[in-house]
Amino acid sequence: MLRRTLLLGLCRGPLGRGLGTHRGGSILDRDGKMSEIKKKIQSILPGGDWNPLYDTSYLPPEGSDVVIVGGGVLGLSVAYWLKKLEKPRGAIRVLVVERDHTYSRASTVLSVGGIRQQFSVPENVQLSLFSVDFLRNINEYLAVADDPPLDIQFNPSGYLLLASEKGAAIMENNVKVQRQEGAKVCLMSPEQLRNKFPWINTEGVALASYGMEHEGWFDPWCLLQGLRRKVQSMGVLFCRGEVTRFVSSSNLMKTASGEEVNLKRIHEVHVKIDQSLEYQPVECAIVVNAAGAWSGQVAELAGIGNGPPGTLQGTKLPVELRKRYVYLWHCPQGPGLETPFVIDPSGTYFRREGLGHNYLGGCSPTEEEEPDPGNLEVDHDFFQDRVWPPLAQRVPAFETLKVRSAWAGYYDYNTFDQNGVVGPHPLVINMYFATGFSGHGLQQAPAVGRAVAEMVLEGHFQTINLSSFLFSRFYSGEKVQEHNII
Amino acid sequence: MSPQIEACSAVSAFRVSVNTQEARIKRQQKASPTKARDGIADTHPLGVGKDRTLQAQRLLSHPPQSLHLVAPVWNGGTRGIGGLSRVVAPEGNQKKGRSLLQFLADRFYDVEALRDHLLRKQVSKVHQKNRPFNHINQRYGPYVAGAYFILKQGGAVRFQGREWIRPNQRGHFSLDFLKLQAVPVEAVDASGCAINYQGLDSLLALKELQSLWLQRCPHVDDWCLSRLHPLASSLQELSLAGCPRVSERGLACLHHLWNLRRLDISDLPAVSSPGLTRILVEEMLPSCEVLGADWAQGLKLGPEEQPRDTAGPTPA
Repeated sequence: MLRRTLLLGLCRGPLGRGLGTHRGGSILDRDGKMSEIKKKIQSILPGGDWNPLYDTSYLPPEGSDVVIVGGGVLGLSVAYWLKKLEKPRGAIRVLVVERDHTYSRASTVLSVGGIRQQFSVPENVQLSLFSVDFLRNINEYLAVADDPPLDIQFNPSGYLLLASEKGAAIMENNVKVQRQEGAKVCLMSPEQLRNKFPWINTEGVALASYGMEHEGWFDPWCLLQGLRRKVQSMGVLFCRGEVTRFVSSSNLMKTASGEEVNLKRIHEVHVKIDQSLEYQPVECAIVVNAAGAWSGQVAELAGIGNGPPGTLQGTKLPVELRKRYVYLWHCPQGPGLETPFVIDPSGTYFRREGLGHNYLGGCSPTEEEEPDPGNLEVDHDFFQDRVWPPLAQRVPAFETLKVRSAWAGYYDYNTFDQNGVVGPHPLVINMYFATGFSGHGLQQAPAVGRAVAEMVLEGHFQTINLSSFLFSRFYSGEKVQEHNII
Repeated sequence: MSPQIEACSAVSAFRVSVNTQEARIKRQQKASPTKARDGIADTHPLGVGKDRTLQAQRLLSHPPQSLHLVAPVWNGGTRGIGGLSRVVAPEGNQKKGRSLLQFLADRFYDVEALRDHLLRKQVSKVHQKNRPFNHINQRYGPYVAGAYFILKQGGAVRFQGREWIRPNQRGHFSLDFLKLQAVPVEAVDASGCAINYQGLDSLLALKELQSLWLQRCPHVDDWCLSRLHPLASSLQELSLAGCPRVSERGLACLHHLWNLRRLDISDLPAVSSPGLTRILVEEMLPSCEVLGADWAQGLKLGPEEQPRDTAGPTPA
């Protein structure tokens, strides 16, 4: 028995995953006699510091079929759909690497939590419609035995987009596209707007579009925890660490037209453990980049963008960190229970929060006044100068308000066209992207997760065709531009 | 590891000793059967001057505490030496109960799959109840299809200018209303029915619906309320009393129903502050009479309004 324990300690081969990654502690320590056994071994064997049976439960496994970099809502959604759509059950080993298990800087939990179908790109409308369907049936999708059902606190109050004279024609076109895809949106004139919402000042508003169903806001933390719980019950492994290196190999291949292409394949992911210099090389078949605002840095590690500018090799992933502020204020005379998520033509937005006349809101800064994304400090002067004046002009009751609190979060901002990047990279053939949604990632996460899982398992999109969201558009220059992004 | 080996050897030694004692007793019993029988009548268990054989016999029939101390250690760990546990395990019902639990625990994944299956069956039952009756809709029109749907669920329907149609206790109802193809449905009483988001499809086709009662419906939630806006031009009375899944977030989207004159939102357990919610809904729907919790309910009394304690000494 002594020899058997020594063998188990020295070579982790037979067990496949290593001693320590058994959930709930080591297999050998079932009756608490581990420390005595260790003392006995150390007294028998000569030498000083050698400890043959050490705990490695904090390290990721030595190999995993899919490594998902980033444990936010997009990463967990990809993990969920991979485990749900795999055939046969239990076929794929998935590892989610997240460096901050408190999610203190993650975009998911700092988000305002809105979901809408009022986009101009048809694929965005489809993604949002499926995500709303997912949220409505969340307790069928994410049910875990013996755990209480999830309550995401969905407020079906809808979005109200206001347009000035210039934007009215664009808004009408957008509503036509949205209705074609199945969204329930209605157009309102300023007269109808005043009847329905008497607290609005319709000066400067030519047209408004109001989402009647499937739009509103919910609690993103609940969705994240629900996904995490379900995904753990399906057998996905989590690791608290940071990806520091990709080990890959290249092949010079000829395309059908005869030109030579350098195809790269990632073989290993080096995961560095938090607050330590220790790292674990994880052998993998597929890497999913769902690192949110830091996806650009992860892509650089894989060598994406290392090449002469203007070529496909030299095209970087154009996702960068952008800081956005959200303010919470109290206004006792403010609009009542029926307040939707209102978006002004100037870009300022607000929504009701709870029953106590509290409101959440903010504004997207212009390119020139972009704040420094080095930290998550809030600039209160921004509220005074840029957010409050248009708010007070649109809703006269907001002239007297008191800011209760504020916070800042990151957008995974796609500087190319502010829409998501989904699918494999054309040259690094086993890296898949699920990032760059520039502020509407949360509301499209369930559908994007399913799309990436379909791409990984089948090789093509099956339910929603996201071919226009592939990486290659950055090289070919075809922008998928959205009008009306907050 | 080594303490276990020691325990193992100790236990096996003890078992050996018990076996040898048993063997010795059997041999002595064969030698002197009558003496043993006389000894049992004696009251003192280990009396002074009694026969060694009687003592050994009593030891076996009333095993000392030390035997019980060893058995639990072994039952908790591996079941390698099962013979000992079987010797000292208590007899009767407790053993049968433990073996059923053991049986179920050995088949953990089967039990889990069975529970999963039963849960899915429950969900599919509700789904089946809310299926749309497309063939009736095509043949008789939307009003009859909607009425049929409600009656099948166990609710009641009233066509314009007629009496209420209700199913009897066994769920049967007359099909006379099939000829009322052009008569709109005015009132629907779906109290206690298992109507859900999908089932509302049949109700939303009733364009002249004036009164809708959804009291105590277990599957009506905030999502369903957001779907009611197509009935805005005709709906005058809505009752949501006692629905366990409706919260103030769903009530916020009732402002589309601008024709509403009576709204009942009493006894909603999912609403966090019923009094405040009622005030906010009254403000949202100015021309509607709202029945709900009293606004003073849930208010904390201020210091000057504390109830006087007449039993204690009266303050100056």
